Amino acid sequence: MTNEQLIEQLTSANPIADVKQGIQYPEITVSFNTLHAFMQNLKSDSNLAFDYLVCQSGVDYPTYMQVVYHLESTLHKHFLIVKVNTENRETPALDTVTDIWPTAEFHEREIYDLLGVKFNNHPDLRRLFLDDTWGFPLRKDYKDDIHVVER
Amino acid sequence: MAEIIEKIITTDEIKTDEYLVNMGPQHPSTHGVLRLLLKLEGEIVHNVEPHVGYIHSGIEKMTEALSYPQIPHLTDRMDYLSSHMNNEAVSLLVENALQVEVPERVKYIRTIFDELQRLASHQLWWCASGMDLGALTAFFYGLRDREDILDIFEETCGARLTLNYSVPGGVMFDIHPNFQRKVKAFIKKFRKILPEYDKLLTGNIIFQNRTRGVGILTKEDAIAYGVTGPTGRASGFSCDVRKHHPYSAYPYIKFDEKLGSDGDSFMRWKLRMDEMWESLNIIEQLIDNIPEGDYAVKMKGVIKLPEGEYYQRVETARGEFGVYVVSDGKKNPYRVKFRSPGFSNLFAINHIAKGWKIADLVAIMATFDLVIPDIDR
Repeated sequence: MTNEQLIEQLTSANPIADVKQGIQYPEITVSFNTLHAFMQNLKSDSNLAFDYLVCQSGVDYPTYMQVVYHLESTLHKHFLIVKVNTENRETPALDTVTDIWPTAEFHEREIYDLLGVKFNNHPDLRRLFLDDTWGFPLRKDYKDDIHVVER
Repeated sequence: MAEIIEKIITTDEIKTDEYLVNMGPQHPSTHGVLRLLLKLEGEIVHNVEPHVGYIHSGIEKMTEALSYPQIPHLTDRMDYLSSHMNNEAVSLLVENALQVEVPERVKYIRTIFDELQRLASHQLWWCASGMDLGALTAFFYGLRDREDILDIFEETCGARLTLNYSVPGGVMFDIHPNFQRKVKAFIKKFRKILPEYDKLLTGNIIFQNRTRGVGILTKEDAIAYGVTGPTGRASGFSCDVRKHHPYSAYPYIKFDEKLGSDGDSFMRWKLRMDEMWESLNIIEQLIDNIPEGDYAVKMKGVIKLPEGEYYQRVETARGEFGVYVVSDGKKNPYRVKFRSPGFSNLFAINHIAKGWKIADLVAIMATFDLVIPDIDR
C-alpha cells in the first residue's frame, strides 16, 4: 500500500484521529482511550497487517508524556508512526500492547524505568535497568546531585 | 541481590523440584556483564529471566546535552563491534534531515567500512562462539584473521575498535593510500581462510550435535519479538535493511539477502558464515570503483536540525539499528532513542530456551551474538 492509500484508509476508519504525512513516514496521533483497540486493528486488518513493532520510545513533553510506536508490515512493507499522549504528566498511564506484539513487554519496561510511564495490564511491569531507589532519569526535570554536573 | 531473589521467590510460583540459579553476570558465555536468572529442574531450563543494566551508561540522556557532531562518538560505545554502522546511522540522520547530499566517494568508503566491520564482527563471533561450545582452537584462528581488518582500520582512521570515522557530512579523513591494495590482499587471503573455518567447526560432528535443531525460533516469533539481523533471517524473516531500505552505496551493488528456514542454532551459524562470503562480494564490487572527489562536505559550524522527528535505520552486524531523534530546532536534540538490535534479540531467548538444557542455552546465546553494551546503552 502506498503512503497516500495508507493515510486515506486510516483517515476514513478513524475520523477523530490526527493523520498526516510526516517528514519521512505517515503519522497518526490517537487518543489514549482508544489505543489498545486501534493497535489491535492495525495488526489484525489484512490490508494493514502491521506485524512488526520496530521501536517504541517515550518522550517527555512539558504537559504530557508521549509514547511513539514505529510499526512496519513485513507483508506490505509499509511503515507507520503511531503517537499517543498520556492524560497528564504527573501520573502517566497507557494500555499495554504486549498482547499484540510480545517485544513491547521489554520496551515498555524500559520506558517505565526511565520515564515513569505506567502500562496498564502489563504482565510484569518492573524496572529494567535501575533499582527502585532511582527516580526517572530521562525526565527533563530529573535532578541528580551526585552524577550530573550542572554547567 | 539476595533481596531480588527473595522477591522472585515470593512472587513467582516455584514447584518443589525447581530452583533458581544465577548465570552471570561474570560468566564466560554471556560475553559481558549479563545476568540470566534461570529456573531449573535438574538441568532442564524452565524459565530464563535476563537481568540487564550492569553497564548502563545513560547514552540517551547524555546526548540531550551534546551537539549533533558529538553524538556519533558516543554511539561507538554501544555496539562496539559495529561502531562504524552506528556512527553512520547518526550521520545519515543528520544529513537527511538537513538534505545534504554527500559525495559519491563518501558513500563508497562508508559501505566498504560497513562490510569490513561486519566481517570483523562475524569473525569475533565465530571464534568466541566456538569457544563457548568448547572448541578453543577456533578462538586463535578468528582473532589472528581479525587483526588484518583492524590494521586496515588503524591505517586509515587511527582507531581499531571505536572508529569515530563517519561524521555528519562525510568521513573524518580520506582513505590511506595503501587502503585499496590492503583490502584487496585481505579479500584474496580471506577467501582461502573461510573454508578452513568450515572445516574446523561447521563440519565437526560434535558441533553439529550441539547446534542442529537446538533452540528453534519460528518466523512468526522472530517477527513478533522483533528479532532482526542474521538471527532473524535464519528463521526466514526477511529483514535486511540494506536490501529493503538501501542507504549509502547499497543501491548500486548486487547482493543476496541470505535467508534460512530452520531457525535453529545451526542455521543461525550457517547464515553468518554465508554473510561473510556475501560481504566479500560486496567489497569486491566497490573497492576498485571508489570515485574521486571530496571525502566530506563542509557543514555549518553549529548544526541545528529543523523542528520535527526523524528516524534512521541501518543494518549492523547484529540487526536493525535505529536512531529516533526529536528536534526542537536547537543545537542539542530534545530526545534521542536508540533502537538497538541486541535489546530486542535478547528477550526472545526466554521463549525459545524453555525445555532445553543449560548447555543448549549456551549454544543459543552463542548463536544470538549478543553484545551487552548494545543492550544496556
